[in-house]
Amino acid sequence: MKHLLLGDEAIAQGAIDAGLSGVYAYPGTPSTEVTEYIQLKAKGERTNGESPIQCRWATNEKTAMEAALGMSYMGKRALVCMKHVGMNVCADAFMNAAITGVNGGLIVLAADDPSMHSSQNEQDSRFYAKFAMIPCLEPSNQQEAYDMMAYGFDLSEQLRTPVLLRVTTRMAHSRAVVNTVEKPREQNTMSMPKDVNHFILLPAFAKRNYAELVAAQPTFVARSEQDGHNVYTRGTKPEKAILTTGIAYNYLMENYDARMGCSILRVTQYPLPAALIAEMVKDGAKEVLVVEEGQPVVEELLRGMVPSDVAVKGRLTGELPRMGELTPDSVRRAIGLDPLPEHAPETIVVGRPPALCQGCGHRDMYAALNEVAREYPSPRIFGDIGCYTLGALSPFHAIHACVEMGASVTMAKGAADAGQHPAIAVIGDSTFTHSGMTGLLDCVNANANVVVLISDNLTTGMTGGQDSAGTGRLEQICYGVGVPQEHVRVVVPLPKNMEEIKQVLREEIDYPGTSVVIARRECIQTLKRHLKAAKKQ
Amino acid sequence: MKKDIILAGVGGQGILSIATVIGEAALQEGLYLKQAEVHGMSQRGGDVQSNLRLSSDPIMSDLIPKGGADLIISLEPMEALRYVEYLKPDGWIVTSCVPFLNIPNYPELTEVLDRIKAYDHHVLLDVEALAKEAGAPAQAANMVLLGAAIPMLGIDHDKMIAGIARVFARKGETVVNTNIAAVETGYNYALSVR
Repeated sequence: MKHLLLGDEAIAQGAIDAGLSGVYAYPGTPSTEVTEYIQLKAKGERTNGESPIQCRWATNEKTAMEAALGMSYMGKRALVCMKHVGMNVCADAFMNAAITGVNGGLIVLAADDPSMHSSQNEQDSRFYAKFAMIPCLEPSNQQEAYDMMAYGFDLSEQLRTPVLLRVTTRMAHSRAVVNTVEKPREQNTMSMPKDVNHFILLPAFAKRNYAELVAAQPTFVARSEQDGHNVYTRGTKPEKAILTTGIAYNYLMENYDARMGCSILRVTQYPLPAALIAEMVKDGAKEVLVVEEGQPVVEELLRGMVPSDVAVKGRLTGELPRMGELTPDSVRRAIGLDPLPEHAPETIVVGRPPALCQGCGHRDMYAALNEVAREYPSPRIFGDIGCYTLGALSPFHAIHACVEMGASVTMAKGAADAGQHPAIAVIGDSTFTHSGMTGLLDCVNANANVVVLISDNLTTGMTGGQDSAGTGRLEQICYGVGVPQEHVRVVVPLPKNMEEIKQVLREEIDYPGTSVVIARRECIQTLKRHLKAAKKQ
Repeated sequence: MKKDIILAGVGGQGILSIATVIGEAALQEGLYLKQAEVHGMSQRGGDVQSNLRLSSDPIMSDLIPKGGADLIISLEPMEALRYVEYLKPDGWIVTSCVPFLNIPNYPELTEVLDRIKAYDHHVLLDVEALAKEAGAPAQAANMVLLGAAIPMLGIDHDKMIAGIARVFARKGETVVNTNIAAVETGYNYALSVR
């Protein structure tokens, strides 16, 4: 069957067709659509309306990774999805899943965002695969992404290891026609791990497991060399070679002229295929241009794999830009071709940064907060990750920090510890349950003089309105963590309530301890959707 | 056949529905297609674009190279100008002349329109007024724009109309007909000024 699918959707359909039993994820651009697609496709497939695939959003990437490992433990196939920085959140579970190994197939999808279109850094998840010493797949197009799910689950089960699937924004958010199988594979039946000690990481067992993982490395390399995902083609002028990975291959082929005669090694599976690289060198390669999306992972590794008289070129040597996403234009330059004739840019064009929606509750929250903050000589407001990060821009200029999920709460605590007052955290509801509530416990235990302002729009807004883990229970969570009930205040961020909100903020700033103010009003985007759906009924 | 198209606008304006209709017609024609979209932060009122590539041969890059686009289709005049580096020297700009004013430093509109008029191959139209003329709601403005781009798309007019009918079929006959009326109005306008 032919379908027009986003890269993310191809991955999702590939997983469904490969007998997936559960997808575990926290929303994050550019990975969100994988889980959304599975939720949509799997909904109500069974006669009782239940999904045959477990597909509820997880509270964060770590809980997602652990639940997936539990599914795998029971012999079933599981997929974990996240954006690249989510790998940092689940790193403990991820690294140790490489030590336990798997029972049912386990694929970890990391969607990287070079050029930081919607992210705070451009870390390359291939480092994580290398770090954990597990295989990594990097499809170069939507069809490969689909096909690699079935292959990846088989590989995972055969090698008893998690497999990392790495894509980047352009792959995740680009559509193409994908051929899918007629009949999906059945899900695995439940089965216990053959050796339960593999999953008990006491030092004695962990040492044995780790030795096995080290011993398995040549097998992982052999699979990279033999399974057909890495292809070496000898050129007519083999002294010049190009090693290209994943989606970068497309930019090369967009420009490449066969008459150039280079040897080409196309990599979509790691560890790097040592034998194919040796063959490329044996054929006479004196210069290898590495064209890879993201950080210079292969470029660095390759230097240790080829003789010193072979020049390795790429992002580190200036042939390609050191930072940012590749483009057909940057790759064209790197292979020595002149740019196409083009129009000069229009200088009249000005930037159009994203902004909070008109009518958004975060706007009213910031309007009140800014007015109150101005009443203090040196306020510090620690922001967090979500739509409300846009409060850093015009017209609000409201926040003084934004680092990673949950950092607002604990950075405010650290600042208060250092003597700052007022120290205010601004965090969304979904980010609060993701990673803020543990920090709130730190605040309570130290009775830190901070105000945690939870801007609760009842959804995960920035990624398009996915369910938020704590909806309807935020007060109970704060009470449970130990914030006194009289210092958990709820306001409705609307212009008409401005004076009340300001008064509540003043009172809690002046209270010398940990307090929480919840500004609660539904996201304007999800509200529109809900009203439309209600109108239809 | 090979057409590289940049669709431009402001997050929330609806450039992706234009891409969906062109994509539907292209697939029926048996063409290869790649379409890179912008999701995430920029969708909150920022500048957004989509690279749509159609070809009778397999397509490699998801992105259009600079100087490679046959056509820029834009729902906003300044946004059309943002991507001229990607336009072929003889490429077309088909754009709405109605500015989307959500920034304080939007340039003088007449200057923006003059810059567009400096390109030999351009169609500048008031998609909202034309939608009204067609008896279609304001949301169908993007279909007017699509109609104006049909002469440059390399896909037959009738096949595009059939594509619209398929894309909107599940929304009912009235929606299909108003959208077709909007497309025809844009199409006729483009033919009259080309």
